[in-house]
Amino acid sequence: MALRIYISRDAAAQALGADETAAALQVAAAAKGTSITLTRVGSRGMVWLEPLIEVEDASGQRIAYGPVTADDVPGLVQAGLFDAAPHRLRLGRVEDMPWFAQQERLTFARVGVIDPVSVDDYVAHGGFAGLKRAFGLSGAEIVGEVLESGLRGRGGAAFPTGIKWRTVLEQHSPQKYVVCNADEGDSGTFSDRMLMEGDPLCLIEGMLIAGLAVGATRGYIYLRCEYPHAGHALREAIEAARVRGYLGPDVCGSGKAFELEVRMGAGAYICGEETALLESLEGKRAEVRYRPPLPAIKGLFGEPTIINNVISLASVPIILERGAAYYRDFGMGRSRGTLPIQLAGNLKRGGLVEKAFGVTLRELLYDFGGGSASGRPLRAVQVGGPLGAYLPESQFDTPLDYEAFTAIGALVGHGGIVAFDDTVDMARMARYAMEFCAIESCGKCTPCRIGSTRGVEVINRILLGNEKQANLTQLENLCETMQHGSLCGLGGMTPFPVMSAIKHFPGDFARDR
Amino acid sequence: MVATELDNDANLERILAEHAGMEGPLLPILHAVQDTVGHISPAHVARIAKALNLSRAEVHGVVSFYHYFRQQEPGRHVVHICRAEACQAMHCEQTEQHARRELGVDYGGTSADGLFTLEAAYCLGNCAAGPTVMVDEKLYGRVTPERLAAILADWRSR
Repeated sequence: MALRIYISRDAAAQALGADETAAALQVAAAAKGTSITLTRVGSRGMVWLEPLIEVEDASGQRIAYGPVTADDVPGLVQAGLFDAAPHRLRLGRVEDMPWFAQQERLTFARVGVIDPVSVDDYVAHGGFAGLKRAFGLSGAEIVGEVLESGLRGRGGAAFPTGIKWRTVLEQHSPQKYVVCNADEGDSGTFSDRMLMEGDPLCLIEGMLIAGLAVGATRGYIYLRCEYPHAGHALREAIEAARVRGYLGPDVCGSGKAFELEVRMGAGAYICGEETALLESLEGKRAEVRYRPPLPAIKGLFGEPTIINNVISLASVPIILERGAAYYRDFGMGRSRGTLPIQLAGNLKRGGLVEKAFGVTLRELLYDFGGGSASGRPLRAVQVGGPLGAYLPESQFDTPLDYEAFTAIGALVGHGGIVAFDDTVDMARMARYAMEFCAIESCGKCTPCRIGSTRGVEVINRILLGNEKQANLTQLENLCETMQHGSLCGLGGMTPFPVMSAIKHFPGDFARDR
Repeated sequence: MVATELDNDANLERILAEHAGMEGPLLPILHAVQDTVGHISPAHVARIAKALNLSRAEVHGVVSFYHYFRQQEPGRHVVHICRAEACQAMHCEQTEQHARRELGVDYGGTSADGLFTLEAAYCLGNCAAGPTVMVDEKLYGRVTPERLAAILADWRSR
């Protein structure tokens, strides 16, 4: 029997040379006369150990090695890689590594383990069990499970998923839609991408359950064009699901139809805002809609639409499989379940950590993240993407909890944590926040469109030392206008990184340059 | 030149036929045109507008709204450099500087040899191993100026 070897196809692993390592393994195995089956899996999330390879030993255990570059392969094979022999790159079983063992992997349970586009592998690891249970429930019962689980929108807004679903369920319309927001534009976030590349069938199952719950027969995954690898994985998985009867006019012989399609975005951050995304899907400029009406009532093409983030939808299968109580028992306060947290920026051990809500920033940054990659002290972290506040060391003990973060003027958002060492210039980061808003503003409302450009100019004057105090006051006024006067979160929340930088790092604005 | 124009027309007609009857077809059509022809010209805009019963202004409005769509022909390869916060935390400005210097252009420009178009990206989703660069669809992590020089040399030799 051929020896089983696993190596990631995740974009981050590819960025560090996984394809080259895979090719070198094939060459080395052929030279040695060893027959191997190389399975491309998702990433286990330990990005600093990519390219990570796992070799199945004689007892069927998967023994990991990493990081293994193509140049390491010949030596590693000579040292006995195919017998899972000791080596300085040998890590043992991933499940035994503390970084991994201390996580609570619910949504990401299969990512890095299974062949992402194999229906058989998916089913063998518990896939479609949630869907199977959903077939035996009424729409209202499915919605009830999601409501009771306490699941809140993982895209960042944290709105209860079940309430969105209930609103769509209550609408009477011959055509309803399920739209997946896969426009993961926040810097420092990649959990959607990893899930779509590592377990796309889980997202498909979540969307199928959503369709069953509210009577929607069409689904769209709106994927940002910066994610070509995720696009490939999704299309392969959709095709595999269709061949096996999980998608099409008669899903699993239930008599219910569900069609699913991937649509590519075109490089507009604003499409992460759900109404802008719907405009884009309809083929228009992605300008934010006024609400009401809510998308749940008049969404895509004016029809009732469930629109949820990738992780929200991919968390649904386990909720249906294990029951609402199982999921709700993780977490703290009103933040129930787990959050796939992304450790990014200047950290020694960056990657994906799925934990129940309640874990502190400090635990994430030091216990998991290992401190800075540069070896210098961490000075600031930005949580929740480009619209999230910058937090100083004194706030590192804040637990990851929607309400705890709101209380300190910050946001959990999509769970991305970007760490900066002490070389960061916070006045420049504040200017960048305004610059980004100016680049990405859809232009519909004035506070965002004009305010962001004025914001860059005012910060430039502060950096140049022109009437510093007057301009700081001006900047604060401008932020207040943007926060309260903007139509959506882009203009409305850009003040968070700006104001938090001024509040926590005033020295960077005061010093002469 | 004439032959290319004819090829483009044939491609465009094929793309329009393939997308007939689709819900919200404009973005998929624009993607298909750019993937096939490399850019979206005023002539494409006019033909697409006619096929979808839209005004040229409406189609142009969409093309110009999205950063990804281009109205001029790009170089042979497109180099995207991530400028977002996670890459800034790993000093991507040094990588950006190197790219500008070596290619002799700023964002949106194409190197004199026609090989590379330089574009800014705002997150490529590789935030645990920045700075990140993408050449066409090939992603690279931990791209220091030295590594970028080696990457560009590799693409030149292809």
